[in-house]
Amino acid sequence: MDFRLTEEQRALRDGTRELLAKRFGRERLRAAVDAPGLDRALWRELGGAGFFALRLPERAGGVGLGLPEAVLVLEEAGRALLPGPLVACQLLAGAVDGVAAGERIVALCEAERDPVLWEHPGDCDELILVEGGAGRGGAGPGGGSGDGPGGALRGAQGRTGGACRSAADRIARAPFTSLDPLTPLARVTDLRRTAPLALDVPRLRREAALLTAAQQLGSAVRTVEMAVGHAREREQFGVPIGTFQAIKHLCAQMLVRAEIARSAVYAAAVTERADEVTAAKLLADEAAVRNARDCLQVHGGMGFTWDVDVHLHLKRAWLRAERWGSAREAEELLADGLLA
Amino acid sequence: MDLTYSPEEEDFRARLRTWLGEVLPGLPPKPAARDWPGRRAYDTAWQRMLFDAGYAGLHWPRDAGGQGATPTQHLIFLEETERAGAPYVGANFVGLLHAGPTLAAEGSPGQRARWLPPILRGDDVWCQGFSEPDAGSDLAALRTRAVRDGDSYVVSGAKIWTSHAEVADWCELLVRTDPDVPRHRGISWLAMPMDAPGVTVRPLRTLAGSTEFAEVFLDEVRIPVGNRVGAENDGWRVTMVTLSFERGTAFVGEVVACRRVLGALARAARANGRWDDDVLRRTLGRLNAEFAALWRLTQWNVSEAQHGGGVPGTGGSVFKLRYSHARQELYDAAAEVLGAGALDADHEWVADRLSSLSYTIAAGTSQIQKNIVAERVLGLPKGR
Repeated sequence: MDFRLTEEQRALRDGTRELLAKRFGRERLRAAVDAPGLDRALWRELGGAGFFALRLPERAGGVGLGLPEAVLVLEEAGRALLPGPLVACQLLAGAVDGVAAGERIVALCEAERDPVLWEHPGDCDELILVEGGAGRGGAGPGGGSGDGPGGALRGAQGRTGGACRSAADRIARAPFTSLDPLTPLARVTDLRRTAPLALDVPRLRREAALLTAAQQLGSAVRTVEMAVGHAREREQFGVPIGTFQAIKHLCAQMLVRAEIARSAVYAAAVTERADEVTAAKLLADEAAVRNARDCLQVHGGMGFTWDVDVHLHLKRAWLRAERWGSAREAEELLADGLLA
Repeated sequence: MDLTYSPEEEDFRARLRTWLGEVLPGLPPKPAARDWPGRRAYDTAWQRMLFDAGYAGLHWPRDAGGQGATPTQHLIFLEETERAGAPYVGANFVGLLHAGPTLAAEGSPGQRARWLPPILRGDDVWCQGFSEPDAGSDLAALRTRAVRDGDSYVVSGAKIWTSHAEVADWCELLVRTDPDVPRHRGISWLAMPMDAPGVTVRPLRTLAGSTEFAEVFLDEVRIPVGNRVGAENDGWRVTMVTLSFERGTAFVGEVVACRRVLGALARAARANGRWDDDVLRRTLGRLNAEFAALWRLTQWNVSEAQHGGGVPGTGGSVFKLRYSHARQELYDAAAEVLGAGALDADHEWVADRLSSLSYTIAAGTSQIQKNIVAERVLGLPKGR
């Protein structure tokens, strides 16, 4: 047993970080806030670098790596606040033509959520609708113990579900003002089920949750760095605010959250166990959201402004926390698991 | 990122499991929680069984009498012994987990030959004389004085929070050997026999009702200079070696135990109807995630230690911070499950709930740990 990253994994992480720093630095990030359309050239560049084809076998033009490597890459994307349906394109690279190379952009949509939300509707070529997740009867308000505690959820987990695809221009949608300025959303008003797509949906859900958790982890780590960087430089009462124990303790707690989430996310990437993925998503969601809030607190009044990037991390963290299993659903599933 | 165990490690696990299956049914019943002489006898007898079977000092180096096992094997040992319900390290805690490793790392050949074998055989029990009444978390403020007189130090002062002092043979004692230099530089590390004239032990009763630790008063106790480990006034550095062992590996078996208790809590709640409480059920689900992650963090830390020279790194502070609070949340949840039964002081979960209150204080309070993480890991400036 050696849980640490291999040399190749560290190189992949560092290389991804460098690529994103070069192509999606702070200036590009702030420009995207004002004009949130996806940069097709960047998308193709990411495709060319193997960002989406990471897990495809080499004979299919892929890189032949595994889920742990995909997690490391998406952690970096989360750090950089890179926008776009990254998880969808990573998961559908082998299933939809052109996605692996970054030529076509697809999004995933969870049919059982209400409202049914679609990320980057103006930038997508196709939308893949996924059905058969944790039903609202099990996870919504007032649910949970209809047919015995956790029964509805257990049943939902067992459902195989299905997926279907639609060209983006054939989907009826209603406007929806996104909380996250970097992630435009639309509400899907007509769930078309005409073109089924053969996918292992339970597996897709599991991997989508894990890769989303990986982005949350990257964001949680980044906000620790932002808080610490600010605490070292910002002076009050003639000293850096980082000398104050109250600030130190906020920062230390942020690191603890991020590192606990890292252990959970990396382990789930290795074992691919459903319970570990659920736990990883729960802890990474919390780390991203809580760390962004604490980072905002450390930044004081400036943290509450649009000028500082903290709100972008918080809003994206909230958005991701709503996708592929909420805290409530995760806790119910994990409670149920204790009785198994 | 590899979480599979090698064939050698799996073989080690299988042999250990077989041995535990053979010997555990024949163990005498556990002594009462407050019977410290009984617990000493029980714990040292178990240590002797480990010694005879070749499992004593598993993670100690071979030249110190240990088995030279890898940190991963040590992890497997702690996992399997806890899973099988084997006795915990108990009264041998200080000797095996920090005094011994410190002596192995810093002692002279003569000191190692004298003190290490009796720890491994279960003959000697050690206690820790670090903390003082006026120097809690600020360990370097200690005032117990040692004045050189020929071949001896004459030691006077008082120690506190000394676990197992009532039944210990030896004490790892920090003393001030030079009061005129900056406070970290005038400290020495001594091995003190607990039966030396001038040593008085006054057991302290914890809020859990146990006398697991004591105050130790030292009145002109003569300790041979040859009992000093490391150079005179170099005790602070030796102490840091000790503390890194204490923080890094001391809680591994407990995480396994907490995961077992969490499952038992869920089943008990299902049986008594408390499971229908959404808040409680979600708390248990969340704790499931927490303890699973803490176990993975342990594996991460062990992997780091295995490749970084064996002394656990700062991951220990991150672990300790989260674990100490998660343990308290676990037993608070147990009280929710028990309802009025949580007022029964003899219930195992209630006793553990009480003792869990010490976890955010002992071995460096959460507040001190946060300072360590902020300053040494995150590089924030020192406070005033």
